[in-house]
Amino acid sequence: MGRLSGFNVTLRQMFKPRLTTEYPKVKRDKPERQHGRHVLNRYEDGMEKCIGCELCAGVCPAHCIYVRGADNPVDDPVSPGERYGFVYEINYLRCIHCDLCVEACPTEAITETKLFEFSFTNRADAIYTKEELVVDDDGRAKRMPWELWAGGEDDHTSAWMRATAPGGAAAYEGRVGWSGELGFGVRPPEEGQSDLVPSRADTAPHFDESGPGH
Amino acid sequence: MSHLVAVDPLFNAEMSWSVLAVVVIKVVIAFVILLVSVMLYIWGMRKVIADMQNRIGPNRAGPYGVLQTLADGIKLFFKEQSIPTSADRPVFRLAPYLSILPAFLLFCIVPIGGTVSILGHRTYLQVADIPVGALFILAMSGLGVYGVMLAGWSSGSKYPLLGAVRSTAQLLSYEAAFGLAVLGVLIQAGTLSTHGIVVLQTWVGPASFLRDWFWIRALVPFAIFLIAATAETNHPPFDLVEAEQELVGGFNTEYTGIRFAIFFLAEFMNVITMSAIAATLFLGGPSGPSIGFLARTGFVNVWLMPIVWFTVKVLALLFVTVWLRASLPRMRYDKLMALGWKYLIEIAILWVLVSTALVVGKQEGWQPLVVASVSAGIAILAFFTLYLAIPKAGEHVEEFH
Repeated sequence: MGRLSGFNVTLRQMFKPRLTTEYPKVKRDKPERQHGRHVLNRYEDGMEKCIGCELCAGVCPAHCIYVRGADNPVDDPVSPGERYGFVYEINYLRCIHCDLCVEACPTEAITETKLFEFSFTNRADAIYTKEELVVDDDGRAKRMPWELWAGGEDDHTSAWMRATAPGGAAAYEGRVGWSGELGFGVRPPEEGQSDLVPSRADTAPHFDESGPGH
Repeated sequence: MSHLVAVDPLFNAEMSWSVLAVVVIKVVIAFVILLVSVMLYIWGMRKVIADMQNRIGPNRAGPYGVLQTLADGIKLFFKEQSIPTSADRPVFRLAPYLSILPAFLLFCIVPIGGTVSILGHRTYLQVADIPVGALFILAMSGLGVYGVMLAGWSSGSKYPLLGAVRSTAQLLSYEAAFGLAVLGVLIQAGTLSTHGIVVLQTWVGPASFLRDWFWIRALVPFAIFLIAATAETNHPPFDLVEAEQELVGGFNTEYTGIRFAIFFLAEFMNVITMSAIAATLFLGGPSGPSIGFLARTGFVNVWLMPIVWFTVKVLALLFVTVWLRASLPRMRYDKLMALGWKYLIEIAILWVLVSTALVVGKQEGWQPLVVASVSAGIAILAFFTLYLAIPKAGEHVEEFH
């Protein structure tokens, strides 16, 4: 059958399950640490975590973050410490969701939700200002009318950071090295890099072709 | 005119308005059937290829996406049509229609059912039963190249021209093998009329499948026909005419809108008509077992069953073409030419010579074994002589001026 065995390969596929997910109707589970829309976190007492240091803007490869820091008002401080993020803008027409900003942030102020289904229709909507990025009084992300939020997407906002922190060193795995968040408190550590989370394997598609022929 | 179509019982009666009406009805229905089947074939092809690639395929327009082709057609119809400034405008406009016309005419001689009564006239279920039907097949498949060639030439652009040159060479090369494969059936049948060929393959019992249908008596021509017809219709793996990676889009690069759609309509129409002709010549066309417990002269057995059998055969062949499309990569151009000229034509000639000798021998009462061995011996001797005469790679050939 040598030369004709290729026909068998294509015919066999007809009886196998389809790999396509019919996206708008059926949604696959998102990865544990998906990079989505950002949020600016607050401490448990309601203070903003951002200190306006501009490290995120400096590290951003797409130059989509614009930050200006300012001194905290003495009688009504926005963040604990000397300075706070006075202007904070992310241009989502440019953002590539690499999450280098999250890595760079010294105070875990910027983290990401799992949301990726947001379809703004003009440039002004594409630039998220501090008003839209800072979490509300319950610690949840503010929802824009053009965003499609599904359950739990705003609960898991700092998984990536907690799985690798601090500095991504595996030796620190399981040790809490981060501050509490408004609405969530001090989050427990995520399972780390050294062992796979079992649920991941179920959500990923199976490519079970064995043997040569690729 | 009458002597050309006299075989159809429709024309035994006096020419009247009802006879004309029957003819018009048949033409219109054949046209509609062909267009609808092209629509369904494109949808089915995309679905089957999707199945073979673990995908879902078109599923948005209509139930199971069956209206997808219609949606594509409507979109193309309303798109802007551009003509390059360097194009030969009248020829550029004409070419799509030249490529679709032979595809439709070819379908006119295919019997899709038995002999039935329409408006009180007994007639065959085919638009025209031409006495030289088999020649008509060859003529129309040869004419199809004009559409492609003129499209490429009139575009005034280099990639379409290259595609057209490829197409001409390919179609002319495979025309020979194609004709010889058809000849393999004609020798067995002794008639050129498609209706006559189908009548010879009438179902009289399960043995008809092997004995009366021509596919086993002309097994080698059947295989050659399938390969050559695939090449004639520019179907993968022989779609070098529109090799996207090398020729941008091939002969239709400069075409847009509805003209582009017509080329694709013609291409898929050709695939369907070629499958229909393969079913007619080799697989008995509409012949097949009828339903025993129903009346032999009832509606089901006279009208329905022949059409069902014909459809089943054509669908099976169409599935094979889709299967080819999903499985095989495009051939290299020199391999394509080598396959056509060095193998298919030789094998077809050998088969035609030997089977002609056998048929003549049977009529003359010669010993079949002797005829077979002698003719095969002569053929092999001829091939050996030819082999010696052809210069081998690296051999010095004395030039004569």
